[in-house]
Amino acid sequence: MTDMTGAEMVIAALADQGVEHIFGYPGGAVLPIYDALFNQDRVSHILVRHEQGAVHAAEGYARSTGKVGAVLVTSGPGATNAVTGLTDALCDSVPLVVITGQVPTHLIGNDAFQECDTVGITRPCTKYNYLVKNVADLPRVLHEAFHIAASGRPGPVVVDIPKDIQFAKGAYSRPREFQHRGYRPKTKGDLDKIKEAVDMMAAAQRPLFYTGGGVINSGRAASDLLRELVKLTGFPITSTLMGLGAFPAADRQWLGMLGMHGTWEANWSMHDCDLMIAVGARFDDRITGRLDAFSPGSKKIHIDIDPSSINKNVKVDLAIVGDCAHVLEDMVRLWRASALVPDKKALEAWWTQIGKWRAKNSLAYRNSNEIIKPQYAIQRLYELTKGRDIYITTEVGQHQMWAAQLYQFQEPNRWMTSGGLGTMGYGLPAAVGVQLAHPNSLVVDIAGEASVLMTMQEMSTAVQYDLPIKVFIINNRYMGMVRQWQELLHGGRYAHSYTEALPDFVKLAEAYHAHGIRCEHPGELDEKIREMLKVNKPVLFDCVVDPAENCFPMIPSGRPHNEMLLGDAATRVEDAVTEEGKVMV
Amino acid sequence: MNTAATTHYPAMTTSQQVESRTLCVLVDNEPGVLARVIGLFSGRGYNIDSLTVSETEHEEHLSRITIVTRGTPMVIEQIKNQLDRLVPVHRVVDLTSGGPALQRELAMVKVRGKGEHRMEALRLADAFRARVIDATNESFVFEITGASDKIESFVNLMRPLGLVEVSRTGIVAIGRGPEGM
Ligand SMILES: Cc1cc2nc3c(=O)[nH]c(=O)nc-3n(C[C@H](O)[C@H](O)[C@H](O)COP(=O)(O)OP(=O)(O)OC[C@H]3O[C@@H](n4cnc5c(N)ncnc54)[C@H](O)[C@@H]3O)c2cc1C
Ligand SMILES: Cc1ncc(C[n+]2csc(CCOP(=O)(O)OP(=O)(O)O)c2C)c(N)n1
Ligand SMILES: [Mg+2]
Repeated sequence: MTDMTGAEMVIAALADQGVEHIFGYPGGAVLPIYDALFNQDRVSHILVRHEQGAVHAAEGYARSTGKVGAVLVTSGPGATNAVTGLTDALCDSVPLVVITGQVPTHLIGNDAFQECDTVGITRPCTKYNYLVKNVADLPRVLHEAFHIAASGRPGPVVVDIPKDIQFAKGAYSRPREFQHRGYRPKTKGDLDKIKEAVDMMAAAQRPLFYTGGGVINSGRAASDLLRELVKLTGFPITSTLMGLGAFPAADRQWLGMLGMHGTWEANWSMHDCDLMIAVGARFDDRITGRLDAFSPGSKKIHIDIDPSSINKNVKVDLAIVGDCAHVLEDMVRLWRASALVPDKKALEAWWTQIGKWRAKNSLAYRNSNEIIKPQYAIQRLYELTKGRDIYITTEVGQHQMWAAQLYQFQEPNRWMTSGGLGTMGYGLPAAVGVQLAHPNSLVVDIAGEASVLMTMQEMSTAVQYDLPIKVFIINNRYMGMVRQWQELLHGGRYAHSYTEALPDFVKLAEAYHAHGIRCEHPGELDEKIREMLKVNKPVLFDCVVDPAENCFPMIPSGRPHNEMLLGDAATRVEDAVTEEGKVMV
Repeated sequence: MNTAATTHYPAMTTSQQVESRTLCVLVDNEPGVLARVIGLFSGRGYNIDSLTVSETEHEEHLSRITIVTRGTPMVIEQIKNQLDRLVPVHRVVDLTSGGPALQRELAMVKVRGKGEHRMEALRLADAFRARVIDATNESFVFEITGASDKIESFVNLMRPLGLVEVSRTGIVAIGRGPEGM
């Protein structure tokens, strides 16, 4: 037990929780905490340029390390600026502890200067939140916040601390064992059910693993166990946007991403499988399309740590509540121990069918010698960085989908993107957080020119802390994803999706004391990407691409999987059949 | 440390006496209305000691919320004004402004026991005018209505006799005399 002020308790608790960096922005209601940050070296503070950036940076930090991200902002506008980031973290299950300053307790509810109802505003966009009105509660609340953020289905937790509580003195100690009165997420899966699942898997003729962000949340062991199980069974595997990297994209059993912009083979396998094994994925509408036509003939097994994810959109036949790593471990063990033999012949036929879908080559595009195709830019970036120690973040739009389709991830925690909320402006600050966590790694934000302007000011943060992030802007001058929908669904009426005035990104980079590169011709792309990789500074890379390119495949919202649209470069069905036919004969 | 000197906020005003008040709030029975009322209390740091809600005028879709709260006269005044400002709120009346209002609560009390304890529970229930609404050969459920302190004492007396659980409605209240709210 040590006597200290509430502000000092905040630093002590952060340090005790192993927080290395806290992303923040000062203001009146958190000055005592900033005072406590001064002249200490247990926790380093990273000064961002906007509170939204602080939260996204913490998300990048958290997602790339598996640790809890920490944020410190002031009351009122500081807290409201953090709301987008909080909602983003809630949608994508990212563990964060966000500390907000509040007006002194005696003024709460009084419309005081820079007062807002932080716990009221953030209740729907946090996993849990606290208003601390007694300094004696502060040590417990702070440690509880970390526990709640990281355990079960992870998410953001807000701790709102009035200024008088920051000044008040009390006793601090780190709780030894942590047991919450009511909150006890279940991590071990029910063994009987896991046994049943293994039996169903052994009996399946057209099985498919459908994995998601939960595997990443669960930690490295879950990815390793997933790989082991996929190898043992010989089943095909697809993943959501959030789960990329859990299974290596270079592997033969990998079908690519599924969903709205997923591959032909992944979506058709989902549609035609007879057993779907969902692991840490939440049957999002980008995946299911029209619900009544979603994988109509399959039995479904769902492994998820959050009981409310189960039977939310799609009714499943067998639900296993538990942590992926635990459940997968039991599955691997039971599969190895069982004398069950999968139907080899059926599986072979299933792979043959999948081979036909693959032959469609659904990610193909027509390249050009005159103009850089966005897909080509991402493929070159991949080829020139593959094998390196690299982390990719993205903004939101077409570039994000192309990155997901074409950049091949071999390892978990290497891919940071805003999936659930789809927050433009996520990628640049997220890259800042990732680079801090991995100072010697290459960190690239694959960006759109519209998105990146939403949080561009964090370039200034990157420069201040010598974080050599690379912002690779796929510049099509359009809000490309919006333009694509307008083209396909609104008769080509491009209302306000073209940006008439864009900054000169090279000059903008220079204004930030960063490095700017522009590339306009396919022929010079490789050389300029190499230049980007060589510069040991933050870089804005303005990659000027074809403004008219669309992202395919695409399942228009609310349509079933068999109404998937393809680009004109993909092999047509007739051709695929003849091609396949040639091989077969 | 003198906190007032290091902050840009005014210091606390000299404290007034904290009082308990019962407020009746007539609201449109629409989705989310209860969340708005409760959110006002939590957001502004007001206390709720008891809360009951039910639709009372079906044709007009009006619900009556009875809230028992605590605060200084200034805070109570603020609470009333803040409640009144909510769009779906029709009227707010402080039932305790003109002296104590009629306040009742209903509780169901489950007691489990045999022999002498069972007899004693029945005798006390009789004295408190509690009714038996469910009985097995080893348990009773009593229904009791009255002011909160009466229910409190009944529950306390049942504790050593095998109290299992209590369910209470919270306070409903109405003004005395011929006038409505
Ligand atoms: C423009 C745009 C287009 C998109 N298009 C696509 C698309 O084509 N394809 C696609 O896949 N996505 C797409 N998305 C993303 C989509 O919106 C969803 O974010 C995504 O599909 C959800 O992924 P998920 O199911 O893996 O769930 P997540 O949001 O990652 O949720 C994880 C699930 O796992 C559970 N979980 C968490 N931790 C554990 C644990 N330890 N153990 C077990 N379970 C756990 C959680 O309870 C939850 O149910 C798109 C997004 C944008 C912005
Ligand atoms: C904050 C926010 N506002 C609006 C949207 C809707 N939206 C989705 S994609 C998109 C266009 C993104 O344009 P850009 O960053 O240039 O990427 P591109 O699609 O061109 O690759 C918009 C406006 C959003 N996702 N987030
Ligand atoms: Mg664009």
